[in-house]
Amino acid sequence: MKITTIALNTFKEAKRDRVLYLLFFFVAVCLLFSRFLALLTVGDRVKIIKDVGLASISLFGMLMAILMGTGLVYKEIDKKTIFTLLSKPIHRAEFLLGKFLGLVLTIFIMTVLMTAVFMLILFLHTFAVDWKILLAILYIFFELCLMTAVALLFSTFTTPILASLYSLAFYLIGHLSWSLEMLIKKVKSGAGRVALRVLYTVLPDLENFNFKTEVVHNLPIPGKLLGVSFIYGVVYTAFLLLLAMLVFRRRDFV
Amino acid sequence: MGKVLELENVHKAYKLGFILKKKPVLKGVSFHVNEGEIFGYLGPNGAGKTTTIKCILNLIFPDSGRITIFGEDSLRPRARQKVGFLPENPYFYDYLTGREFLAFYADLLGIHGQLREEKIKYFLKLVGMERAADLQLRKYSRGMLQRIGLAQALLNDPALVILDEPMGGLDPIGRKEFRDIIVNLKKEGKTVFLSSHILQDIEMICDRVAIILAGEIINQGYLGDLISEKVLFTEVIIGGVPAAEFSHLGESVSTSGDRVLLKVFEEEKIDRVINLVQQNKGKIISLLPRTETLEDIFVNMVKNQ
Repeated sequence: MKITTIALNTFKEAKRDRVLYLLFFFVAVCLLFSRFLALLTVGDRVKIIKDVGLASISLFGMLMAILMGTGLVYKEIDKKTIFTLLSKPIHRAEFLLGKFLGLVLTIFIMTVLMTAVFMLILFLHTFAVDWKILLAILYIFFELCLMTAVALLFSTFTTPILASLYSLAFYLIGHLSWSLEMLIKKVKSGAGRVALRVLYTVLPDLENFNFKTEVVHNLPIPGKLLGVSFIYGVVYTAFLLLLAMLVFRRRDFV
Repeated sequence: MGKVLELENVHKAYKLGFILKKKPVLKGVSFHVNEGEIFGYLGPNGAGKTTTIKCILNLIFPDSGRITIFGEDSLRPRARQKVGFLPENPYFYDYLTGREFLAFYADLLGIHGQLREEKIKYFLKLVGMERAADLQLRKYSRGMLQRIGLAQALLNDPALVILDEPMGGLDPIGRKEFRDIIVNLKKEGKTVFLSSHILQDIEMICDRVAIILAGEIINQGYLGDLISEKVLFTEVIIGGVPAAEFSHLGESVSTSGDRVLLKVFEEEKIDRVINLVQQNKGKIISLLPRTETLEDIFVNMVKNQ
């Protein structure tokens, strides 16, 4: 119940954030732009709209998660609102979880809105509804939840600017780490291969949540892959939240 | 009388930037607060008052020592179940209205439904904020924030109320109202821990005090024990007699028109002053014996340190 109260208050606060509306505006512009881009393309125009649309939702969703997530805890400490909050009989873990869920709720609603705009533009072009798109967006949402946890983790111990840079680095590494897997296959077995394997395990692989290509090009998606990706997301997010709680547990609010 | 709050040898040092050097803020603070009393925690700015309170509330962690609230270790959130807290310069979510703000904290404390509405109404009235209840907190003055902050601290019907410089931003009327509320809390059987550097407030309402200076408790006890009844000097305001006449009897502090303010240190000299006034056909406008105040003790202690 305490977590819900904090989450709803976080949602209320996030709703007031102008960044949110600015980003939403840019998504709408990008989605519209995809329609014009399609006109310039030879071949399957629908694919271009889908591709640009999904990429926009993913990119701007990520910016929302980072820009708002990194300020979440920092703002409470900076504005000293945390003093009265934590003087009540609540655990610091409950506070963090409330903050996380509040932002996840905000991002969920934003994703739904972005999806609605996207589906409308797509429908106006094709006069058909492609439900598979929703699957790709669902996994984008899982990735955004993970990114929120990343931003929250950094926001427990550093300023929003640094936390944003760290989160962005995490995002970039997460989308490039799949190349390590390719490299592992090419390296001969030995110490080097083991080191690469360890590195790949520790680093996030956000490509696990990327089903855009499969959806856009109508390729089959194995159920097992969806299951593994889902479990990967849940475990990694839980791990990040646990880490954030550990950092936050003994922090002094001077 | 049970102990509501107890601190035993609490130490805390803050790190100074990246250098490993630490600055000690609390150097073995020990005191206790008895049930049902108003306890004054007195000290100049930077003495460690707020740090002590933050340690009690688990907002910062002491390096060593032990803090218990109602016999429970302060590290457990459960220890804060019956505690209400009003911080110095209260900072709240400024996008909420006064009513929403109280509702938020009521929800956090597990107070819901009809009871929540009744409590909000009651406390808004108690702190005199009914008219501003639907205004966003960003539009509140400091005094108004202090008032709504007090309401927030009392929502859970706490047995121990911790107030950090509660009368800082208030006008004289507001301060009187706050004092009345605090005295009423005591009448209701609550224990109040009050930190302040406004000595008059503490002197007026506190039962016991502890004085902290540079991180150390330098004196504590019942106000009556700390303040002696001895007359320090007598202030006499005399009309119609020049100040020079009294130079051998006391210290002339100021003159205004034909009035003289005289400080007489020995009691036996007072009669001589009165006689001298009568001989010179002047008049005594007022005669006020000054006993030791908390302020005197405080100033002396700070000087001695």
